[in-house]
Amino acid sequence: MLYVIQTALELGFMYALVAMALFLSYRVLDIADLTTDSGFVLGAAVSVTAAAAGHPFLAIPAAMAAGAGAGYVTAFLQTRLGVPSILAGIVTNTGLYTVNLMVMGWSSNVSLLKQETLFTMLRDTGIGGSWYKLILAAGITILAAVFLVWFLGTRLGLSIRATGDNREMVSASSINPVFTISVGLCVSNALTALSGAVVGQYQKSADINSGTGIVVIGLACLIIGETVIGRRSVGRNVAAAVAGSIVYRFLYAVILKTAVVPIECLKLVTAIVVALAIASPALKEWGALEKRKIGSMQKGGRQNC
Amino acid sequence: MLRLEHISKTFHPGTVNEKRAIRDLSLHLKPGDFATVIGSNGAGKSTMLNAISGNFYVDEGSIYLNGKNITFTREYRRSRVLGRLFQDPLKGTAPHMTIEENLALSFLRASEGSVPFSRISRKDKEFFREQLALLDMGLEDRMRQPVGLLSGGQRQALTLLMATMVPPQVLLLDEHTAALDPGTADKVLELTRKIIEKNHTTCLMVTHNMHQALELGNRTLMMDDGRIVLDIEGEERKKMTVAGLLDKFRTRAGKELDNDRILLSMEQGE
Repeated sequence: MLYVIQTALELGFMYALVAMALFLSYRVLDIADLTTDSGFVLGAAVSVTAAAAGHPFLAIPAAMAAGAGAGYVTAFLQTRLGVPSILAGIVTNTGLYTVNLMVMGWSSNVSLLKQETLFTMLRDTGIGGSWYKLILAAGITILAAVFLVWFLGTRLGLSIRATGDNREMVSASSINPVFTISVGLCVSNALTALSGAVVGQYQKSADINSGTGIVVIGLACLIIGETVIGRRSVGRNVAAAVAGSIVYRFLYAVILKTAVVPIECLKLVTAIVVALAIASPALKEWGALEKRKIGSMQKGGRQNC
Repeated sequence: MLRLEHISKTFHPGTVNEKRAIRDLSLHLKPGDFATVIGSNGAGKSTMLNAISGNFYVDEGSIYLNGKNITFTREYRRSRVLGRLFQDPLKGTAPHMTIEENLALSFLRASEGSVPFSRISRKDKEFFREQLALLDMGLEDRMRQPVGLLSGGQRQALTLLMATMVPPQVLLLDEHTAALDPGTADKVLELTRKIIEKNHTTCLMVTHNMHQALELGNRTLMMDDGRIVLDIEGEERKKMTVAGLLDKFRTRAGKELDNDRILLSMEQGE
């Protein structure tokens, strides 16, 4: 039981970085950035390959730099070349598939056998006992969360937020939206790649398909967190991404144990939950309108009598 | 301070919608000039302001700010030294960011010596609070609320504060009180007057109110068909009446003034 809780927390913290990345692109910048799936694999591929070569530390900044590069390509396509933002993400995502294979030496997965990872290094110091994985995962995520909250309060961060919030305001202020969108997507994809990098070292492997559906799961985490914690301030939003991710992993563990939902169906269930959550304002509006229609019809009916 | 030299702009050239919005227009604003701009429908008032702010590049002519040629300077670069307010109060603020964050954004962007990673200090927050208190709308106690909760008038007052907290070199006001209810409009206008007087800001203000056009500032411009047809200041302006202004317009433009909003506001006896 304890093992299940530990694992859920570890995965929750590591995947929370993706939810944070989506908070930045989807909520703050108001851009549905679909670079995420392959960006995650890119992070894992770079990280595992670098660790295999004996550089587990260097692996992390290298993975983040690669992710930022992917984000920049998506940003370049949409800000300079006029590619619609969703397509820009899909195009980069598709191209990255080949890049990821290349990073892994033209193989669909790489594994770490005896090479050191950040996790094994921490284990060998003896700090944290059997909790060492959780300490590392939580440490990295909390550090990234603190950075993100700090960053969004700086001049650049505020400018990025204004870009996503009111385009008309931006054109009249001295903000260059090309720049703010580019920086925003770079930071967001660096976070996604960081998630992949940590998960890669945690699982001691990178697989070309490990990113499939990550963007939808990340959105699910974000929405769960927002429902639990709320969206009133940047701090709360980032905390919501972390909390949502942990809750999602707990649900996942419960489903895995109890098999209320067959595990093969989990992606479909997640997709439905995300679709419903994002559609909820429209559904509510539709419901209210139907109610009014029925109400007025009944009234009209009475008048006719 | 600000010099427009023979600028022209044609929209949709070569199509049925071709519109010569500005024709060979020249204007020189001296430092501290506060000019009101009035004119008929489609006279090119907003287009002139947009040309100055860099919303588009002019087809002909040059624009100088402080002796520097800014004709082909990008809009966001000009915005560092230009303040702008539009008629729509929703255009100037970010609704999901708090009052404090909106102020922080404009303050940091306009401050000398701020870098991309600058943040506001406790002292800056105190300064924001003082500035908000000057608006006399109770906003100083709502600094952590999102701007989306404010009324149009409050948002426009906040936008004015954001544009002038660090005084811009030139302030461009495009009927910034026209969409507000009369009471709020008066308040925002009074604030505008005070702030401009305090900082001696060079300002161009488009209005549809003839009385405002003569009372506010030190100079009145009348536009018609993409040109400035009347430019008065000093003694001549002091003696000018609304009737006299309409008369002048008739002789200079060769037609009656046909701005429905101006005529409406005159009927209401504003």
